[in-house]
Amino acid sequence: MVLKNSSPTSDLIFFAVFAVAVLTMPVWLEPIGAGYPDLLQKFAIYGLFATGFNLLFGLTGYLSFGHAAFLGVGSYTAVWTFKLLGMNPIPAVIMAIITSGIFALLIGYVSLRRSGIYFSILTLAFAQMSYNLAYSVLTPITNGETGLRVLRSDPRLFDGAGEAQGPLLANLFGFEMTGYAGFYFCAVVLLIGFFIAQRIFRSPFGIMLRAVKTNQNRMTYTGLNPRPYTLAAFVISGMYAGLAGALLCITDPLAGAERMQWTASGEVVLMTILGGAGTLLGPILGAALIKYFENIFSAFNEQTLHEIFGFLPDFLEYPVVSVSSLFVGEGWHLTLGVLFMIIVIFLPGGLMEGVSRITRLFRRKPQKSEPSRATAPAE
Amino acid sequence: MEILRVEGVNKSFGGLRALNNVNFAVEEGAVHAIIGPNGAGKSTFLNCLIGRLVPDTGTVMFGDISLTGMKPYEINQAGVSRVFQTPEIFAELTLLENVMIPTMAKRDGKFALHAFKRLDQDAEIVDGAMQMLEEVGLEQKRNVVAGSLSRGDKRRLELAMCLSQDPKLLLLDEPTAGMSRADTNNTIDLLQRISGRGITKVVIEHDMHVVFSLAEKVTVLAQGAIIAEGKPEDIKGDPRVQEAYLGGAHL
Repeated sequence: MVLKNSSPTSDLIFFAVFAVAVLTMPVWLEPIGAGYPDLLQKFAIYGLFATGFNLLFGLTGYLSFGHAAFLGVGSYTAVWTFKLLGMNPIPAVIMAIITSGIFALLIGYVSLRRSGIYFSILTLAFAQMSYNLAYSVLTPITNGETGLRVLRSDPRLFDGAGEAQGPLLANLFGFEMTGYAGFYFCAVVLLIGFFIAQRIFRSPFGIMLRAVKTNQNRMTYTGLNPRPYTLAAFVISGMYAGLAGALLCITDPLAGAERMQWTASGEVVLMTILGGAGTLLGPILGAALIKYFENIFSAFNEQTLHEIFGFLPDFLEYPVVSVSSLFVGEGWHLTLGVLFMIIVIFLPGGLMEGVSRITRLFRRKPQKSEPSRATAPAE
Repeated sequence: MEILRVEGVNKSFGGLRALNNVNFAVEEGAVHAIIGPNGAGKSTFLNCLIGRLVPDTGTVMFGDISLTGMKPYEINQAGVSRVFQTPEIFAELTLLENVMIPTMAKRDGKFALHAFKRLDQDAEIVDGAMQMLEEVGLEQKRNVVAGSLSRGDKRRLELAMCLSQDPKLLLLDEPTAGMSRADTNNTIDLLQRISGRGITKVVIEHDMHVVFSLAEKVTVLAQGAIIAEGKPEDIKGDPRVQEAYLGGAHL
């Protein structure tokens, strides 16, 4: 093996294990209370979002603070496709990828003229502009504050207007995209997205992106133009975001402007860093962890805390509950903040660094460690 | 035949005249050294050749292509490679990856979107890069991250990266600065070995031992202007050079 850490077979095995793990999530996540479709859909959708974000940030090092704009564009496009063409998710997915790609091309073309913090600020500015446009100026297209939804009076060319009974849901040739059907649709799309990301990681293009991150100077003096490489990465990652946005609408046909807000852009940055930027699996783990915590901790209230800490004597129980109640419910972001700080300080490479540290610990015992691995990035 | 012809190049930074009417020509296949005291404008001169700086006036002709105003990557694609004073390598990538990148740049041009084929299945690139690593004696370390190399090895790696592009003109900016005598001699050996490929070389060097073992012609820069040019032995004895460069001391 000339290259370390990867061969076609090992990649295929890795992908197969990942696919099985994703598709059996409803089973093995049941014991920790995450085995219900709504949350599983979020795992898949945000996993896809973070995977795409990682193609830009993890490989090229360009930190975009405006990726939620593409998520929003994808969502609006998907809902409009529903309105105009019908409730089949496939055209919605395709249209969302195309529009978010075009959008990313425009924003990327301008933003990528700068690097570092200036690039981040430019993308943030574009995302906030998109948010404000969606919220107020473009109300005829986005329906502003109320959010865009599919109405019974919409033309829906292919499945006939006004004839549907019951709530208007996306359906793939008769399968309604809610519950487990919705999850499996998202999971399959995630697997396709993951497969493509894996190919990009191993490709000549992928290594050029890592070259951009490491030394752009050397790249230019090696006869390579970094700009089209970064732009291609930006567009691909914007398409992933648009696709994730479309999936959000496929499982729940409603698009709102708040999806484009800067907090949403920040969330995907957190997911990627928490899981491990530049690794394949990391961003998906990060996304799942954040979405899981959001669900678990935001559902807690003082009552549940009293039940948890009920074993303590009263004089301890009350102070403990009043302190910990700051970290749950509305305040679950505090928990997220603390978790983020702990990981960034103790595991700068994210969760994946933790995983690779543990595997190295086990590997070292039977055979003497290879010195070259000590500096290898986690993957 | 002249491969590089520089005519009337001037470059100022604010009030500082870094290059003052420099005329310079290199014969194809030659090894041409540029020497001069610190701040003489040697690196500025190389920067003007590779497009990092644009000369205020004057022309740089590479064969029959004018390099003035071309982008750095276009200049490289035309056949000019440079080894920098502080090695410019891809510190986070492995040695093999470091050499594969220029090999691909040579084959695929300034941009190619090969996002789906596997790099490690591309035998042409992998073998080419391995061969180049063997040539500079780094093949054992092919999977080591380049940032962890010693300074001498980083230079050898950078040289391998430049050579893998098979350049017509190779610019070397102090290839032995800060090296031990043994490492310096290794580098000289390496540079002499590759001279068989007919690559034209322009070397900036402080170490006279290196200059006299490699160069066929020496140009002396002082305060942005050329003060002498000729064979190494002639330069050695030139009183103007001794005055400017060595402060009057004897070689």
